[in-house]
Amino acid sequence: MSTLTTAAYLVSSVLFILSLRGLSHPSTARRGNFLGILGMTIAIVTTLSNPGVLSYKEIGIAFLIGGLIGTSIAVKIQMTALPQLVAAFHSLVGLAAVFVAASAYYNPSAFNIGTVGSIPMGSLIEMSIGTAIGAVTFTGSIIAFGKLQGFVSGNPLVFKGQHFINLLLGLGIIALIVKFCIDQNQELFWLIVFASFVIGVLLIVPIGGADMPVIVSMLNSYSGWAAAGIGFTLSNNLLIITGALVGSSGAILSYIMCKGMNRSFLNVLLGGFGGEQAASAGGVKDDRQAKQGNAADAAFMMKNSKTIIIVPGYGMAVAQAQHALREMGDLLKAAGAEVRYAIHPVAGRMPGHMNVLLAEANVPYDEVLELDEINRDFSETDVAFVIGANDVTNPAAKTDKTSAIYGMPILDVENAGQVFFVKRGMASGYAGVQNELFFRDNTLMLFGDAKKVCEDIIKGLEN
Amino acid sequence: MSEISNQLENLSYKAQQIANEASQLASSVAETSGGHSDFIIFGITVLVLACFVGYYVVWSVTPALHSPLMGVTNAISSVIIVGALLAAGPVDSNISKYFGLVAVTLAAVNIFGGFVVTNRMLSMFKKKQ
Repeated sequence: MSTLTTAAYLVSSVLFILSLRGLSHPSTARRGNFLGILGMTIAIVTTLSNPGVLSYKEIGIAFLIGGLIGTSIAVKIQMTALPQLVAAFHSLVGLAAVFVAASAYYNPSAFNIGTVGSIPMGSLIEMSIGTAIGAVTFTGSIIAFGKLQGFVSGNPLVFKGQHFINLLLGLGIIALIVKFCIDQNQELFWLIVFASFVIGVLLIVPIGGADMPVIVSMLNSYSGWAAAGIGFTLSNNLLIITGALVGSSGAILSYIMCKGMNRSFLNVLLGGFGGEQAASAGGVKDDRQAKQGNAADAAFMMKNSKTIIIVPGYGMAVAQAQHALREMGDLLKAAGAEVRYAIHPVAGRMPGHMNVLLAEANVPYDEVLELDEINRDFSETDVAFVIGANDVTNPAAKTDKTSAIYGMPILDVENAGQVFFVKRGMASGYAGVQNELFFRDNTLMLFGDAKKVCEDIIKGLEN
Repeated sequence: MSEISNQLENLSYKAQQIANEASQLASSVAETSGGHSDFIIFGITVLVLACFVGYYVVWSVTPALHSPLMGVTNAISSVIIVGALLAAGPVDSNISKYFGLVAVTLAAVNIFGGFVVTNRMLSMFKKKQ
């Protein structure tokens, strides 16, 4: 690599770092994204100027096709579908890593790593590890995509001996990699790819839909490590640095999500949490009656409140209720109330999902607060309006040691003067735990579709 | 006699040339083989340091922007297009080149998709008027 090339790659690494740095505040975030684009452009142009890269026409066509597909998807996608979009994109990074590794295996001279059949040991190790991670990312992300999109059941799929099979497969892949590094046999290469595809599927199927924020973040991390692995094969620092950035970003996001549920990463990975099984396990029959209200009552009470905190959850996203919700908030503000939004770290199906949906509905970002910022304020709040969230408000997380969600940080909506719960029915949340709050004196249930309820409240407020 | 001495001189000159070439070859072999194992250590150094940079930079990202963070990281992880371009680069067509072209397409979907969707998200975040 010439000095100039190395320097250009360094510039683009720095631009990538600055692009993530820009996301520390919404006011600098767009510039950050622009710096990322600049860094990528420099990386691509620098690589194209490599003397070994000559087939500009074919590359141009491939790039154009990919670019058109990517752009048209990104322009059309609904913001509620972001989690599955991100999962789908991760799968492509994984697959691309597999193809790059395969290409390096069949034509090592293009990468300066020896010739066919006599690739140095170091390169073989890097290549096969990069391939395995890429392949796991590919199929794992596809399953995550399917679960989020609804192609695959969101319920955890568990069967006996599951973890034992995964362990055997994992050890098998390691054995294959060792043998491949000695023999350089092409059948072994494809066996590694195949076994990694299988383990990618098996790792994700036992994990329930609401744990997908952790999984999407984890796969984000994997796609970074796959890129770093390819970086070692190419002796290219840009790929290593970028891979490490993406890898640590995904790892930190999964950590934040796990902490938001008070569960260990291993506990999430082992799966089986949530869905029908947990619901029946926690299903002690409850004869208590929750108080039911209607939209007119809610409108009247909120109109006379001074402080209101809205707690959105995944149900809001499913019902596409964010626009109606914002309109309701505007009317309440016009009536003289202070309206704010409280976001739990695991609300929605990906980190920060609720913030994007509220931003889409034109809610100013300084009215949207995180758990730590707003949790103390509930006790001085007249109304807490919970829409599409459940487990994240359940006080059992603080009091009931036997509860599946014990220890999970919750939003203290119980401390508010009046609590409204917008829900479709009395069904328990993802964790399969009944929410104590439904039976409190200061709670009123508003049954119905989240969007419909908001619209009815808006009508009530306008009268 | 002079003819023989001339031939000898010629021969010794050639021998010297061969020796020179051999030593050059040896050093270049040492460079390529030793060069790679050096890179592993160097690469690991870079990897570890970059993880630290990533750790501090990512913790400074505001939680409100975690979705755009995933969008950007998704886009920049497609920097493996560098490898894809090298693979697709040679003029003569073979399986390796086709793999490279497929990888270029996949990475391009991600690059454009990732940056465009992030830009869409970020353009929606507005401050209170």
